[in-house]
Amino acid sequence: MTRLVNKRPGRGHILFLGLLPFVLVTVVYLIASDARLSENPNDKLLPALSSFGDAIERMALRPDPRSGAYLWWSDTWASLVRLFIGLAIATGLGLIVGIALGLIPYLRAAFQPFVAVLSLIPPLAILPILFIVFGLGEVSKIVLIVFGIAPFMMRDIAIAVAAIPRELVIKAQTLGANSWQIATRLALPLSLPRLIAALRLSLGPAWLFLIASEAIAATDGLGYRIFLVRRYLAMDVILPYVAWITLLAFVMDVLLARAAVRAFRWTGEDGG
Amino acid sequence: MSFVSVRNVQHLYGDRIVLERVNLEVERESFCTIVGLSGCGKSTFLRLLLSQERPTSGEILIDGKPIAPEPGPDRGVVYQRYSVFPHLTVTENLIFGSEVDRARFTGRLFGAARRRARDAVGDMLEAVGLEHAADTYPHQLSGGMQQRLAIAQALLREPKILLLDEPFGALDPGTRARMHELMLDLWKRTRMTIFMVTHDLKEGFRLGTRLLVFDKVRWDDQAPERYGATITYDLPIGGNEPVPEDIEARIGPSDGTPTAREITDADT
Ligand SMILES: Nc1ncnc2c1ncn2[C@@H]1O[C@H](COP(=O)(O)OP(=O)(O)OP(=O)(O)O)[C@@H](O)[C@H]1O
Ligand SMILES: [Mg+2]
Repeated sequence: MTRLVNKRPGRGHILFLGLLPFVLVTVVYLIASDARLSENPNDKLLPALSSFGDAIERMALRPDPRSGAYLWWSDTWASLVRLFIGLAIATGLGLIVGIALGLIPYLRAAFQPFVAVLSLIPPLAILPILFIVFGLGEVSKIVLIVFGIAPFMMRDIAIAVAAIPRELVIKAQTLGANSWQIATRLALPLSLPRLIAALRLSLGPAWLFLIASEAIAATDGLGYRIFLVRRYLAMDVILPYVAWITLLAFVMDVLLARAAVRAFRWTGEDGG
Repeated sequence: MSFVSVRNVQHLYGDRIVLERVNLEVERESFCTIVGLSGCGKSTFLRLLLSQERPTSGEILIDGKPIAPEPGPDRGVVYQRYSVFPHLTVTENLIFGSEVDRARFTGRLFGAARRRARDAVGDMLEAVGLEHAADTYPHQLSGGMQQRLAIAQALLREPKILLLDEPFGALDPGTRARMHELMLDLWKRTRMTIFMVTHDLKEGFRLGTRLLVFDKVRWDDQAPERYGATITYDLPIGGNEPVPEDIEARIGPSDGTPTAREITDADT
């Protein structure tokens, strides 16, 4: 008998098996929703598919009667801008600080413990401080994202850079490279695959911090909307928003994975 | 005045003495091959010659002057593993040296300057037989091709001294024989001073003009870390003399039983 660990599904099976859990969850939801609605047609907890359609149409395709904005899209835009700025700053910091820490012993001695402690502070715990210092506007939300993921990225890149084989660093020196060139031509490209991996892992936390800050103080954004309509138990809006956020996160993850495979042909791996 | 002088060098890792009382005078254009049991400090000796580490005591002079405190273009190196930059193509690996030399800030050449740099490495590319692989990445090359690339890369900076740490250790016999031809050919052309560590005694005899054997002369069973290795044999090699039996007995595999070296190799 073939061992379980040696049985591999074919291509068609992989697609089928991958979709199966989604289909199952949908079916379970429909059955449960149907059951509740047949008991009480005004039940708000598990709306029918048609209510989702209505809600999406109302939010995405028709302007809001008060503001005239297409809320779905303006929320998405507001959130993505915050998310991207936060991710960009965190990535830049992670790269610069990480390479510096990984490559330069004096900087490592001075800042490694500090970064380690920094990364242990629960970001949400300092959210009130950020609101006090930066006000309730955009800055505090972006700073929360940066604060939440940059220390992790710094440590991750520092580890990746420190793990570059000593032989390569010595070799670069025998070819005449100075410290700056070792950083830019060796440490930077060699740690980029790890950076992309760290960025992918950071997407989840970044969304978490974004939605948390939007829930507490914002006038637009996906997190703001979810927490706003919660007051009316508007599951017909909340669930599509959650699905939409998930889809956005998924697409970003896939794009990053694709970019990594293309950019790092030299690793000889086909991504993951 | 010899080219490389090693004077009473001792090297410790922590409390552990790895090398002691190492004395050596090497003339210009020598090809020194270095053999010794695994872990006796051959790579450590190369690291000292490379300034990757500094001797705990003693001194190393090159051309009568104390050795530079850091690795630099005057001394090239080829390792057994991680011998080339994995993120650069063959050509990019070869022009790396001139790029960092000429573009101190960006470390890159562009446009016409880059084309000139590429053209300049054409001969070397051909000399090591990689002209058809110019734009491939190292992971697509065979082990022998990677080592040829590493040697070419080191030679392009025209170092006065080339240090090789078991450069052909991972290659099959056929490939290794071709690498020997190439190495001797390049050495005759460039007339560098070469130090090469090998665990293959025959290779050491075939390539070198001088064979250095590292070994411990004193041994303390209770505390092996108390004594370090030193140079126990220093033989001039003129051509095809047979491998001396006492060295073979100590270092080389002769009767088919694996040496400690081969056992550790099989493990990795
Ligand atoms: N960075 C280091 N820190 C501490 N000990 C080390 C270090 N590098 C090497 N050693 C020790 O020093 C001794 C000599 O090491 P070295 O690498 O020079 O041996 P070698 O002769 O090159 O061996 P091999 O033939 O296996 O390559 C070994 O026992 C090793 O464990
Ligand atoms: Mg060694």
